[in-house]
Amino acid sequence: MRGDRRLFEHLDFDLESGQFMYLRGHNGSGKTTLLRTLAGLLRQEEGEILWDDTPIHRIRDSYHEELMYLGHLNALKGDLNAIENLRIDSAVRGQHLDEAAAWQLLTDIGLRGHEDLPTKYLSQGQKRRVALARLWINRSALWILDEPFSALDATSVDVLQAIIRQHLARGGMAIVTTHQEVDLTSGEVCCVVLGARDA
Amino acid sequence: MLETLLWIIRRDVTIALRRRTDIFTTLIFFVIVVSLFPLGIGPELDTLRLIAPGVVWVGALLASMLALEQLFLADHRDGTLEQMLLAPQPLSLLVIGKVIAHWLITGLPLVIMAPLLGLQYDLSLEALKVMIWSLLLGTPTLSLLGAIGAALTLGLRSGGVLVALLVLPLYIPVLIFGAGAVEATTSGLGGSSHLSMLGAILLLALLGTPFATSAALRVSAE
Repeated sequence: MRGDRRLFEHLDFDLESGQFMYLRGHNGSGKTTLLRTLAGLLRQEEGEILWDDTPIHRIRDSYHEELMYLGHLNALKGDLNAIENLRIDSAVRGQHLDEAAAWQLLTDIGLRGHEDLPTKYLSQGQKRRVALARLWINRSALWILDEPFSALDATSVDVLQAIIRQHLARGGMAIVTTHQEVDLTSGEVCCVVLGARDA
Repeated sequence: MLETLLWIIRRDVTIALRRRTDIFTTLIFFVIVVSLFPLGIGPELDTLRLIAPGVVWVGALLASMLALEQLFLADHRDGTLEQMLLAPQPLSLLVIGKVIAHWLITGLPLVIMAPLLGLQYDLSLEALKVMIWSLLLGTPTLSLLGAIGAALTLGLRSGGVLVALLVLPLYIPVLIFGAGAVEATTSGLGGSSHLSMLGAILLLALLGTPFATSAALRVSAE
């Protein structure tokens, strides 16, 4: 429910270790709303979201320990550079990322040489890459990614796909909205389409 | 936990130092408001001494409120607030970090500036000392209480005005005891009891407000 509009009903799915879920639907069908609800940012009007058979709002902190959510917004501070952003982001999640590890991470995502620039001067795609760099060091079980491929160039798309594959191979789960085909060799895939009755 | 707290403080202070306008607007606002009164009233030292504590405190109140709107707004816009809500850390801890940073950026400069402004009002050295203490104990309470208002009005279009309506009534006890401390000193009664009350209010605010602010943030972020 958003305002007084019913976005989806009779929605029922479960996701198991190693599974990948596509969330599809046309613009405005409620993909982001569903993802935010799954992450616990919104409360659903009816029904329940269970994690290990427990409603997520009852085990909020331990659920969030297992969750990595990346929304439309990159959650970067424009006045800080990429390294500061990454280190602070880990600290907020309660993990320690030392300077050397942050440097290594920046090299991995191919942004070495831009480390002194405040992120507001980076291009849209570069910002997205910094935001996605969190996935490299993240060991949460469930990744919820809202349009992760937007603004990325072809190479970065390949790299991100590889990261998602690795995550699934480790037994992780991922829920992703995208208009793009993700070519995944391993892992089970399921697909939920929103707003199908209008189509 | 402590490391997270320090990182949050460090983050907000770094950002504020890189774009200093926020610090200076609050400070200059305070200086101007407090300086206007001697100009308007004229050089009657007895009157000035009498109104000094009230004027300085009202100035501090308004200045700290001016900066409130920015407390969570930038984080809300760029998505970092979402990440904080989803962090496996107690949200109230992150809130305390943000409030401490906010006080360092907007409250502490006021405390440092106040004695200089007090000179315009011909306050005695003793009264100036008490004024610093009262501001030092009082302004953190203002930031803590104000954070609730800032969190509640997050994302609303006319948030600034609404914050004022929500928060100013809550500031009244701080104003009474803050200005009272300085008045009591000038009249020779000694301001220590007022200062103790300010300290008590600060402790209460420190205990209660982070939870209220966290709850308000969760509602506003929907």
